[in-house]
Amino acid sequence: MEKEHKEHFIPYGTYILVWLSLISLTVLTVTIAGIDFGRFSLFIALLIAAVKSTFVINYFMHIKFDDLIFKVFLLVALVTLASIFILTSTDIFFR
Amino acid sequence: MESLDATNTIVQQEVGTKAHHISDPHQHKDAVGAKIGMWLFLFTELLLFGGLFLLYMAYRLQYTKDFVIGGQELNIILGTVNTIILLTSSLTMALSIAAIQRGKKDLSIIFLVSTILMGLAFLVIKYFEWTAKFSHGIAPNSPELLSKPNGEIVFYGMYFSMTGLHALHVLIGIVVLSFMLVFLLRNKITKEDYIKLENSGLYWHLVDLIWIFLFPLFYLIH
Repeated sequence: MEKEHKEHFIPYGTYILVWLSLISLTVLTVTIAGIDFGRFSLFIALLIAAVKSTFVINYFMHIKFDDLIFKVFLLVALVTLASIFILTSTDIFFR
Repeated sequence: MESLDATNTIVQQEVGTKAHHISDPHQHKDAVGAKIGMWLFLFTELLLFGGLFLLYMAYRLQYTKDFVIGGQELNIILGTVNTIILLTSSLTMALSIAAIQRGKKDLSIIFLVSTILMGLAFLVIKYFEWTAKFSHGIAPNSPELLSKPNGEIVFYGMYFSMTGLHALHVLIGIVVLSFMLVFLLRNKITKEDYIKLENSGLYWHLVDLIWIFLFPLFYLIH
């Protein structure tokens, strides 16, 4: 186990690059919030948030370098959450 | 029965070889197991906030206009500053773990203290944000708020409960990280065994993740 940890040391520089991307995306989302994209505004904001999450989960939370079991777990959790959202929104739309 | 005994022997042998890496052979540590446990806990947190996000979605679809009016009342600058603080604290958290992996205890401590301080800064800003709202008469159940349209009452209800629950998580994170700081200082977290710090880091990043979604959903509505 210790061995695995040592193989997956992420360089400090990678973390700083990830952080820079996160800050840039934050500036981007704040800047374009002022522009009116109509109904796409929410979609764009959530898309940027999703991209930011991917960075945090993969690098800061290390998932990219973890065993397969962690990825499977995360996938199951996210698919569950997504199904709940899809089912509820369908219910609201077709009510 | 015999095959079971055989399996046990194999397991014992495996544990024996693994224990080789650990300084105290009587202490069997399972970093992967600990991490799986932490992730399972994080999924319950995900569902807790997921439920609130679901409620947010349902209400926002119902009261789209009122949510826009409510969202414009929030302070984008304070929201943005808090986002940057929390993202940076996630960076120092990751760096703190990276430092202890390389056996640099002092560096790890510096990064961990920065993380805790940024967490506190987040809460201080949140405090000013909330008190500014209170001074305008906008507080849960205040007469001023209740005189507003239903959609706005719901918007502020969601705002106070979701950012409140999130702030509580930041506070818990700060307490947990403070314990980790003590463990680091007392050499309970070392280059060989840093799973406690890693798991606390996972919690801290989850808190950051939730804010990544709270920020555009409340502050950036137009």
